[in-house]
Amino acid sequence: MPETGVAGATTPAANGTAALAVSGLRKEFGPLVAVDDVSFAIPEAGSLAIVGESGSGKTTIARMIVGLERPTQGTITACGNDRSRPARSTRDRRRRGREVQIVFQDPYTSLDPRQNAETTIDEVLRLHHGWPADRRRTRIAELTGLVGLDERQSRALPRALSGGQRQRIAIARALAAEPRVLILDESVAALDVSIQAQVLNLLADIRDETRVSFILISHDLAVVRQLTDEAIVLRRGKVVERGPTARVLDDPQHPYTRRLRVSVPRPGWKPRRGKLPAAGEENPTP
Amino acid sequence: MSEPTAAAEVTPAEAAPGAPLLDVDGLTVRLPIDGIHRPVLRDVSFSLRQGEAFGLVGESGSGKSMTARAIDRLLPAGAEVKGSIRFDGSDVSALTGAALRQYRGQVAMIFQDPRAHTNPVRRIGDFMTEALRTNLSVPAGQARARAVDMLGQVGIEDGERRLRQYPHQLSGGMLQRVMIAAALLTKPRLLLADEPTTALDVTTQAEVMAILDDLRREFGLTMLFITHDLELAAAICDRTAVMYAGQIVEIRRSSLLHDDPLHPYTAALAAARPDIAQTAHRLRAIPGRPLSAFEAPLDECAFAPRCPHAQDPCLAAVPGLTETGGGLSRCVRTQELRGKLQVATDA
Repeated sequence: MPETGVAGATTPAANGTAALAVSGLRKEFGPLVAVDDVSFAIPEAGSLAIVGESGSGKTTIARMIVGLERPTQGTITACGNDRSRPARSTRDRRRRGREVQIVFQDPYTSLDPRQNAETTIDEVLRLHHGWPADRRRTRIAELTGLVGLDERQSRALPRALSGGQRQRIAIARALAAEPRVLILDESVAALDVSIQAQVLNLLADIRDETRVSFILISHDLAVVRQLTDEAIVLRRGKVVERGPTARVLDDPQHPYTRRLRVSVPRPGWKPRRGKLPAAGEENPTP
Repeated sequence: MSEPTAAAEVTPAEAAPGAPLLDVDGLTVRLPIDGIHRPVLRDVSFSLRQGEAFGLVGESGSGKSMTARAIDRLLPAGAEVKGSIRFDGSDVSALTGAALRQYRGQVAMIFQDPRAHTNPVRRIGDFMTEALRTNLSVPAGQARARAVDMLGQVGIEDGERRLRQYPHQLSGGMLQRVMIAAALLTKPRLLLADEPTTALDVTTQAEVMAILDDLRREFGLTMLFITHDLELAAAICDRTAVMYAGQIVEIRRSSLLHDDPLHPYTAALAAARPDIAQTAHRLRAIPGRPLSAFEAPLDECAFAPRCPHAQDPCLAAVPGLTETGGGLSRCVRTQELRGKLQVATDA
């Protein structure tokens, strides 16, 4: 079944001033095609969800955008600058860091265990902006305040903090570079429900205040609904559906999106037992 | 509590008639933390009827996994245990030797991460038939035949081939099915399922939950289902207990949990989740963070510091778990707040 949904909404042709655009993106790992002809664009202050299950290629896309993997084919453009090839110089790499930042899923492994929030953020401000110490100090206070860390938490080492507090540091660190695009790769998935709500509210505030664009990579459709305007659904590296998030979730067109939607537990939900799909042939369409 | 109206509302699901299969009464567990024994479970009481699915829901540190470990006698060394756990009438803590082995044969456990609970260099068949061969002296050929049959029941058709494979050759969802099949092979009476679908994709979760639900009915299994997901517990369990800071704060028929919660924490937990059907302007986050049992105050309601309904009486003493409206709630204001705690659909 070909890709379904409203064309144009997030296709690259539809805009000239995208904060981020990828076109014909493909990544092969040996014989495996992890990402297959993926294209999308996000306007300034826009938000795009990349929805998919494990192995769908969603994290590989994020890794290509931030330069941790090199695309086999296709182009990635952020703020008008191509980033499909590795950065040639430190200057080039830092500029890319000011265009796109990422917050990973696991705040237990993505922070330096020997650095507190203040020194973590200070390092980013020094490298990316080269500001003098007093200006950096002011900005550190602003950023820690924005993500809701108090003074004690800002000076504590990660091991003394909870998962939610650590994830706030990771968000503050990403924002310190003043990126135009923030990639959230399952960034709230590991948080407790009550903390997850706090971080989702925080992210909504940040978007309103800074006009940063979001890419939210998530398997959690309720989180996707809460945080994004547009969504693409990815399956085995291919986009199977795209459109406004509300439409994709309320009126899914592709059988796979429908299956994702009915698999979410809700009041009155009864899990149904289907036929076990063998690996590589679970597509319900003929 | 003397309260005739509430008693009249009690349905069979809450009343748990007859002798329960599992009865946990006043369970308090203290573990050495920084050299001092601190509570991780406080006065946990509930009982499971034969054939019932009972959910245990809570955030990290609430004590839900610790409860399962206490039931399976898997508490860390140095744990101080008060209260009682009775299985089919006998005191679990008094079991030793052969009786303890026999008890463990009747209580099976499945975990969040099947890969951490399988040996990567042993084949699936070896792992699945071990308990049958060594504990029940079933001949190897027969044990394998039963394993293949059970794999069929969890939807794995090519069982013979799977038995020859290693864990790394199976996907997470497939391996969790194998764990369920292995757990059921010894014909247990009680299944302790600790977040068995948390690491799985949603479509796989739906599949695995359907299998668990089918099989527990077919085998007349009693199930203690532990999860952080209130909606998931409510959907598949007959009754659900909500835990906070090492205490049970509410026990309720699952079908009522969402629309008629008794405890403010239950309502707050449901309201904090984003809704797949609509975008809220702001989520109703619970301020602060969940407390671990050992951090919780000993002389007031543990949830009071984060509770929008907290008043002076909440700070006077730890509320007891009292019966209201066919359920149990650990909140002194349960009666007044009833009906005002529903999860509103607009934000």
